[in-house]
Amino acid sequence: MKSILISTGKVVMADPKKKKKPLDLNRRDMPKQPPEIRSHNFNEVALGYTAELAVAEANRCIQCPKPKCVDNCPVEINIPGFIKAIAERDFKSGIQILKEKNCLPAICGRVCPQEEQCEETCVLVKKSGQIAIGRLERFLADWEAAQGKIEMPHIPEKTRKKVAIVGGGPAGLTVAGDLIQLGHEVTIFEALHKMGGVLVYGIPEFRLPKSIVDREVDYLNKLGVEIVTDFVVGKTRTVDSILEEFDAVFVGSGAGLPWFMEIPGENLNGVYSANEYLTRLNLMKGFLFPEYHTPVKSHKRVAVVGGGNVAMDCARSALRLGAESRIIYRRSREELPARLEEIENAEEEGVIFNFLTLPLRYIGDENGWVKEIEIQKMQLGEPDSSGRRRPVPIEGSEEIFPVDAVVCAIGNSPNPLIASTTPGLEIGKKGNIVADEETGKTSRAKIWAGGDVVTGAATVILAMGAGRKAARSMHEYLISQ
Amino acid sequence: MFKVVTSRMIVPNMHLLTLEAPAVAREAKPGQFVIIRAEEEGERIPLSISDWDEQMGTITIVYMNVGRTTDRLASLVEGQEIPTVVGPLGNATDIEKYGTVLLVGGCYGIGSIFPIARALKEAGNKIVVLIEGRSSYLFYWEDRYKAIADKFVQITRDGTKGYKGHVDRLPEIIKSLDTPVDRVIVNGCTYCLKRVSDATRPMEIPTWVSLNPIMIDGTGMCGVCRVSVGGETRFACVHGPDFDGHQVNWEELLQRRKTYMPEEVVPLRTSKSEEHPHQHREGCHG
Repeated sequence: MKSILISTGKVVMADPKKKKKPLDLNRRDMPKQPPEIRSHNFNEVALGYTAELAVAEANRCIQCPKPKCVDNCPVEINIPGFIKAIAERDFKSGIQILKEKNCLPAICGRVCPQEEQCEETCVLVKKSGQIAIGRLERFLADWEAAQGKIEMPHIPEKTRKKVAIVGGGPAGLTVAGDLIQLGHEVTIFEALHKMGGVLVYGIPEFRLPKSIVDREVDYLNKLGVEIVTDFVVGKTRTVDSILEEFDAVFVGSGAGLPWFMEIPGENLNGVYSANEYLTRLNLMKGFLFPEYHTPVKSHKRVAVVGGGNVAMDCARSALRLGAESRIIYRRSREELPARLEEIENAEEEGVIFNFLTLPLRYIGDENGWVKEIEIQKMQLGEPDSSGRRRPVPIEGSEEIFPVDAVVCAIGNSPNPLIASTTPGLEIGKKGNIVADEETGKTSRAKIWAGGDVVTGAATVILAMGAGRKAARSMHEYLISQ
Repeated sequence: MFKVVTSRMIVPNMHLLTLEAPAVAREAKPGQFVIIRAEEEGERIPLSISDWDEQMGTITIVYMNVGRTTDRLASLVEGQEIPTVVGPLGNATDIEKYGTVLLVGGCYGIGSIFPIARALKEAGNKIVVLIEGRSSYLFYWEDRYKAIADKFVQITRDGTKGYKGHVDRLPEIIKSLDTPVDRVIVNGCTYCLKRVSDATRPMEIPTWVSLNPIMIDGTGMCGVCRVSVGGETRFACVHGPDFDGHQVNWEELLQRRKTYMPEEVVPLRTSKSEEHPHQHREGCHG
């Protein structure tokens, strides 16, 4: 297949004649706001590399002839290629190489778990000197934005094929970016009033400034992607009705149905789902209340239940709103599913961690507000199906302590709106849409799906990877028609 | 953006808003709602749809002016625009041939129960429409109901029209009808829904209420609208808004609705709203 975006980028080979330079294992740190400052504001924590730091970091890359980092990137970015460009201070070429495969580099550079993807397979990882690929990616994206001029790719002749995308999150944005650059007409339908999905309602401002999401969405818009907000597919219009007007549909509606633990007291006032807590703050800008109208409570003692990235986001947000903030997690620090970087940030900022702790119930006051939490201590037993050691309750270890808010951050199911309104679409046990892993094809012709609605809650980059694969399959289908 | 076609106060503190929202008008069914944002900095609030015109591409909402967003809505004039009108959300009210259906509407529910009454009538039911309020001057759309209802009943707290008292008088009203009531459907404030459910429980008449908890996205994502029904947690936005009134945990719902009461007062104390002094607020007050 020939295209700007989907072609396999040429990997820059190391020059064998060149003298081998000594290994530099000094991974450059990225400047951050100091913890005592940032725990009181919602500004971005990480400040990004300077050009000098970026070049120094890029120079450490040994330009492997068979780069393993690329193999472990869900969207197959030509990583050595863009790093070489940075080392040569040719930032313009660097961003071009990056954008061949990734239309959202400023976002991925910030929120991808590089430590378990590209950086995990960097040959220098054995010596703990893996290249900071994510930071370099972020550097290029921010460098381009700072130039004030975003390069527009060449768009081939229009195919006159119309594609509808359900959901303006990472999966949908990727599909849109890929298909518009292949000449198709693309329309994104977003249920909320703002594009970005979890990037705008979930991930907090201090980890991913919303202006960056706006910038990437704006870029897609300039490429010609049509954007329709305030439109709930499955309600405002069904997928089948959309298919009367469009040649193909991609469903990337995300994992938007929060789980609760089904323990007593979960419907007390002051008990939130992570989605509600974060949506009030991020999408609705509740941290600016009353200037923005969505109210957010100022709590004194907040307990966040869960150990993933979302739990860290909630705990760190609570801290910034002035609360004593703690994570309650039933396993130990080793098993925390959150990114190490986020765990460390949370620790530095003063989030308290109660490991091996399970909430049993929430106790309310006479007005129906949560006032206490009863917990039980756990110990680790034999490994379970996930390979992690199973937490086992310790009898008689129950304890009650005061809280005035609880945030339940234990996960989400796929949003059921599309599944329940699209006859013939195969649905999995967990309410997920069943789609082929390699192509994103669903059980229905002309309908593709990808991201959290297929996998259940996962990461931004996996959703983008699924979007990339679906776009490839959709393109093949569209040009064959 | 969504253009305002009509915006006016119909009875004290009760407003009617007609908006251009063709996509919503095309799909709207009785008992559904929209989420509205009145301005860029605004909240997202759910409002029941009281009528729609598919051909004109408009929807009509009746709401009580009770807070910051509805205050802003009330200030709108024809031709102005609001940033968000999304829907139709929630499940439609089940329209079947039940026999005799008693529809109870209070406050904004006098408006939102109208499309349900109309659809039930069209489905071949005998419909008894009962509207309730503190006083007769808070009633509206009486002519519309008189035109479709087999029987039209009013209850006022002060006795200025119809029965004097509250919906607690439902059992005697039901007994006075010449046919047994097969189903009761209620739209209105939470107190009204609760009191009707309490009144019909001993009579074992299936009673369906349209719940109105706090919502943000309205698509199941935030979970703030959770209610306990028959001991199970349900999301009003995607599992409702209609539920069996005899199964709802009313105390919990009433408490949850009060979550942000202190914060709702904050903006009213700021200088901006002092420029627009509030008129005396009228309502049913339970």
